[in-house]
Amino acid sequence: MSTQSLQKRESDLANSNRQLDILSGGIFKTGELPTFKDKIAETNQFPLKPKKLEILQINLGYMCNQVCEHCHVDAGPDRKEIMTRETMLQCLEVIKNTGAHTLDLTGGAPEMNPDFKWFVHEASKAGIKDFIVRSNLTIIRANKKYHDLPDFFKEHNVHVISSMPHYTRGKTDKQRGSGVFDKSIKALQELNARGYGMPGSDLRLDLVYNPSGAFLPGDQTALEKDFKKALKEDFDIEFHNLFAITNLPIARFLDYLIASENYEDYMYSLVEAYNPAAVSNVMCTNTISISWDGWLYDCDFNQMLDLKVASKVQHISDYNEALLNDRKIIISQHCYGCTAGAGSSCQGSVA
Amino acid sequence: MQKTYYDPADLKKFGKISEWNQELGDKFFDYYSKVFEEGHLTAREKSLIALAVAHTEQCPYCIDAYTKDGLQRGITKEEMMEALHVGAAIKSGATLVHGVQMMNKVNKLEM
Repeated sequence: MSTQSLQKRESDLANSNRQLDILSGGIFKTGELPTFKDKIAETNQFPLKPKKLEILQINLGYMCNQVCEHCHVDAGPDRKEIMTRETMLQCLEVIKNTGAHTLDLTGGAPEMNPDFKWFVHEASKAGIKDFIVRSNLTIIRANKKYHDLPDFFKEHNVHVISSMPHYTRGKTDKQRGSGVFDKSIKALQELNARGYGMPGSDLRLDLVYNPSGAFLPGDQTALEKDFKKALKEDFDIEFHNLFAITNLPIARFLDYLIASENYEDYMYSLVEAYNPAAVSNVMCTNTISISWDGWLYDCDFNQMLDLKVASKVQHISDYNEALLNDRKIIISQHCYGCTAGAGSSCQGSVA
Repeated sequence: MQKTYYDPADLKKFGKISEWNQELGDKFFDYYSKVFEEGHLTAREKSLIALAVAHTEQCPYCIDAYTKDGLQRGITKEEMMEALHVGAAIKSGATLVHGVQMMNKVNKLEM
C-alpha cells in the first residue's frame, strides 16, 4: 500500500487532464464501449439537468490521516489544501439562505481543518435539517485532540457517516492501512456509547461500504444485513444504515485499475451494469459540491477532475442557486460509476 | 481462429447463445436467474455453492464469474476457500468411495 498521494509521488495521474484523457480514450475512443453521453442519450436523458437542490456538499480540504488505496480525492497527510475561514464565511452565507435540506461536510478528513469545530458550530445555527459529517473513524483515535469528537458531534446533532470497507480486519486494513480496523471498531463503540447508531436513536450513524478492489458493490440491503450481524456479534456495535458506494475510476482508484491491469474489465463491468433508472436520481441532480477554495462542482468526483460547473456562477463568492439550477451537468465516462446496478451516490444506492 | 480453447472475453458473449436458439436460450437464462434468487437459501449461500461447483466442473468462466460475484457480496477469501474444500472433499470422496467397488471385485475374483 502506498503511503503518499499521487500528487506527492508526482504521478501522471495527479493531473486531472491526464485522467480525463484516459477516460475518453482507449475503448471509448474506438467505440468498443459507448460513451456515457451516448448511453444516456439512448433514453433521452442527455443533457443531464439538475432537479431541486437538496444537498450542499462542502469539502473542507484534502488533508487526511489515512492514505486509502481507492481514494478518489487523492487525500493524505501530504495534501495541504485546506479551506480558509474566509471561504467558510462565504459558505455560511450560502448555508443560511439555501433551499437545500442537507449539509454534507467531507474531505480528506474534514476534522483536520483547524477551523472545523468553529465552522460546524456556526453552520449548526442555520437550522439545516440534516447536518452530515463524513468521518473516517480513525481520526477520532488518531490524536488526543480529536478524542472529544463523539461528544462534539452529539452536542451539534451531527449525522455521522463513516467509511467501513468490511466487517473483517483483513479486508479493511488491506484497503485503508494497517491498524485501521481496530481503531474504527473502537471509534464506533465510542459513538455507540453516546447513543449514535442505537436503534430508535436520533443520533444518526451510517456506514459506507465500498469494494476493496476491481469489482462492484453487491446488493446494499444484503450487505447491510451481513455488516449488522457481524458487527453486533463480534463487537456489540450498532449502526443505522449501510450505503454501498461504487468506486469511481478516477485518482488513486484509476491508478490502481491501470497498474493492476483491471481498467478495461472494470469499465466493461460498469457499462454492462448501466441502469437507466439510476440516471434520473444520480446525486449531481440534487447536489452542489464546493471545494476547499470555494469553486463549485456538480459532484465531489467532478471536483477532483477539476470540472467546474457549466454556469456563469462558478465560485461561492458569486453563489446564485437559481442560476446554478439552470446548468447542464458535466459528464464523462467516470459517471458510469454512479449508474451501475442500483446506482451509487454519497447516500448509497439510488435506484 | 483463436489458438486457445478458452478466451476470458468469451464470457461476456455468453448471452449470444440465444441467437441460434432464442426459445431455449431464453428459457435457460430465465431458469438460471430464478435459481440464484433469494429463496430458502440466501443468494450469498448460492454464490458459494456455485463457486465450489465451478471448481469441481473446472469451468474457468464460472470460476471468474463466481469469484467476482463472491467479492461483490462481501464474501471473504477464507469463506471461498472453505467452500472449495467442500467441493474437493466430495470429488475425492466420490473417487475413493468407488474403492469399495474395487474391493468387492478383488474379493470376488481372488481365491
